[in-house]
Amino acid sequence: MTATQASDAPAAEPILELDDLGVVFTTESAEVPAVRGVSLHVRPGETLALVGESGSGKSTVALAAMGLLAGNARATGRAVIDGTDIVGADEAGLAALRGRTVSMVFQEPATALDPLTRIGKQIAEVIRNHNDVSAKDAAARAVGLLRRVGIPEPEKRAAAYPFQLSGGQRQRVVIAMAIANDPALLIADEPTTALDVTVQAEILDLLRRLAAETGTGVLLVTHNMGVVADFADRVAVMYQGRIVETGPVEDVLLRPSHDYTRRLLAAVPRLSVAESDERPTAGEVRPDDGSGSGDATAPVVELRDISVVFGRGKRSVHALDGISLVVSPGETLGLVGESGSGKSTAARVALGLIPPTSGAVSLFGADLARTRSRARRRLRSGIGVVLQDPVASLDARMTVGECVAEPLRVHRRELSARDQRSRVEAVLDRVRLPRDIVRRAPGELSGGQRQRVSLARALVLEPRLLVADEPTSALDVSVQESVLKVITELQDELGFACLFVSHDLAVVQHFARRVAVMRAGRIEEQGPTGETLLHPETDYTRRLLAAVPVPDPVVQRGRRAERLATLAAGRMEAEA
Amino acid sequence: MSTVIQPAKTPGTAGTPRETSGTRLAVRRFLRNRLAVAGLGVVMFFVLFCFVGPLVYHTDQTHTALQQVNLSPSGAHWLGTDAVGHDELGRLMYGGKVSLTVGLAAGVLATVVGTLWGAAAGYAGGWIDAVMMRIVDAGIAIPALFILLVVSAITTPGLPGLILILGLVSWLVPSRLIRAETLTLKNRDYVLTLRAIGGTHARAILRHILPNSVSTIIVATTFQIADAILLVAYVSYLGLGVQPPTTDWGGMLSAGLTAAYSGYWWLILPPGLAIILVVWAFNAIGDGLRDAFDVRGRG
Repeated sequence: MTATQASDAPAAEPILELDDLGVVFTTESAEVPAVRGVSLHVRPGETLALVGESGSGKSTVALAAMGLLAGNARATGRAVIDGTDIVGADEAGLAALRGRTVSMVFQEPATALDPLTRIGKQIAEVIRNHNDVSAKDAAARAVGLLRRVGIPEPEKRAAAYPFQLSGGQRQRVVIAMAIANDPALLIADEPTTALDVTVQAEILDLLRRLAAETGTGVLLVTHNMGVVADFADRVAVMYQGRIVETGPVEDVLLRPSHDYTRRLLAAVPRLSVAESDERPTAGEVRPDDGSGSGDATAPVVELRDISVVFGRGKRSVHALDGISLVVSPGETLGLVGESGSGKSTAARVALGLIPPTSGAVSLFGADLARTRSRARRRLRSGIGVVLQDPVASLDARMTVGECVAEPLRVHRRELSARDQRSRVEAVLDRVRLPRDIVRRAPGELSGGQRQRVSLARALVLEPRLLVADEPTSALDVSVQESVLKVITELQDELGFACLFVSHDLAVVQHFARRVAVMRAGRIEEQGPTGETLLHPETDYTRRLLAAVPVPDPVVQRGRRAERLATLAAGRMEAEA
Repeated sequence: MSTVIQPAKTPGTAGTPRETSGTRLAVRRFLRNRLAVAGLGVVMFFVLFCFVGPLVYHTDQTHTALQQVNLSPSGAHWLGTDAVGHDELGRLMYGGKVSLTVGLAAGVLATVVGTLWGAAAGYAGGWIDAVMMRIVDAGIAIPALFILLVVSAITTPGLPGLILILGLVSWLVPSRLIRAETLTLKNRDYVLTLRAIGGTHARAILRHILPNSVSTIIVATTFQIADAILLVAYVSYLGLGVQPPTTDWGGMLSAGLTAAYSGYWWLILPPGLAIILVVWAFNAIGDGLRDAFDVRGRG
């Protein structure tokens, strides 16, 4: 019934139609409406992107459309897939629909697959759930599906377990399972969010090709405007459980009509792809005032030929393989790379949390290996730290005031309670948090507020170096923008140097004066941000930059064509 | 995990109201658990019964009264008298005092020792952890009862001695629990941040790791108390616990059993029921607390 007959008529009946959909969650403390009056439709062969920030209700809409809401949720209105209303449908009816007419791709491929079953068998199972075919035929079709989603050597790979595949390959397997029965509708909830940009580009290419081949309608749930620009035909923007704007992708992304959409788009950090006058605002070199210990003109932190090896013998892993980095006083060094490139390990070596297997770390001009532990401790008072996870960064058992005051309790014990309090209040003012927040528990704060508390804690000792490991990666773009703005302003005001670790090239481009690109434990290249991220010297950096989707559908189309052409040329070269 | 104060996040909730504090939520969950509340009631009843009861209900528990032995329950002696003429109800209070004191103290001692040991091992890691935990493994391999019997055979412990011995044979299980907890907590971002800026290990353990393990510790304590009460009853039943004229519920049970075939049920049922009820009650409280804090099971 699905794609073939639908694709020849452009204005075909929608495959998915939501009509005044509402979802209410019953929690321990209250009834929480998550989705209110959402109406939308997806036609065969079309991709509708449902975008919004966390808590907007976009994932809840996707789950409601699959009939997969949690037990404490209640749906109202209508959600019709191929003539069947999902709201109020019984399990048997849903089971017949799921996996055949509609299927889903989730964010995390690692948990979407059964770790103890070979991937070929998992795909065959999906086929046999809905078709009366022999195990042998199903296995053969599974191999065919693996080939279709671009897994190399599918016959051999079908016998692999999920842990033997990379994250990108796993997501391909999940997609193979989703398309196993040629569904008319594919619901993809943040399908590339857990993946690196280069892998993300490949997966989006794959989904685009499959949707075009079979005329499958796609409901894509995402927070990433670049992905939307790359992939969607139409866009629905959600805010606080409602759809505030719907329209073709060009209209919504280039000429947004709703105020919220405009604000959202303005907050998205854009990767500059051409020369412009825009310079990173942060990280101007300023003379050091010579406060604190150590040599004032020396680099604040220097890693010389650092290697880190985890484990021993055959099972050892070279997390870092002879890297050298320097952060000078007052400057910002952006450390970028994909997951597993060793960028966080490098930051942790600089922080002294991971001892290097070989090589030397010097902090404020003093070689860490040659300082006594007490002196080392004093040196460390010149460092401020902000880590990625806003929940894990603050001890939930402490009040905000205690969290921020902790560095003072460690290094400035001579301060009276009143002096400590006034310092805490001063630094809270600086990060634009109200003073009365000191008595609240971290659990009561939003993600952005927590990261500001972390920043306040990092800055309360007026450090000369701020080490920030993906400080905004867990935040929504609008919150990210405000947190980065606070860091930039404070850096101008206080003049600390910054080691900024991020996977987001656009953020680093706006934030760092110099950048080091890491790959597989080595530094691929480093240099001034304007040079390295505009005119990269290595293929790897070029590929990395090309894979970043920009939130402009017209520009992105051109970039995609360029990237695919480069890839094809590279492949031909390799074959020749 | 312990109580990270974010209750299971409902996907995509818009405009979530402010979360109630974790402690208050835990108390509410505990109070909804009827068995746990009943357990709490039973424990409170026995504490009042054993410690306040003797102030109201006066009996002589030191001198024998051989003219009134093994009397059945009556108006003068509500639960009758035992083989040397002590009033059985009074004796139940008197013995309960010992049982509860030893059980509570030994349970708390075991948890304290186990917590410090486990936290130190988990935090230090490496070979220190390996050595410390092999010691625990070795200790668990030897049955506690065996150690108790040997020690009791060598010396006759007084009350403090008994607490010490019971505490020192039962700290092993809590030490494993706390070690596991410490292993995850020491890599939390806030501990890493503290270490990166030069905070001391003592601060990391005392200010972050132990406070965040508190729910595990409390739950472990309640189970340890139940175990210790049972253990002390066990030891006394075998005649190796506290010595007459002092007694505890286990000792009373043991004394009553010699008269079991004479039909003196009032010498057996009251102490037996008391032991069962109190041990059940502490276990129910532990279960309730564990559910309320949402931490892993024990052992």
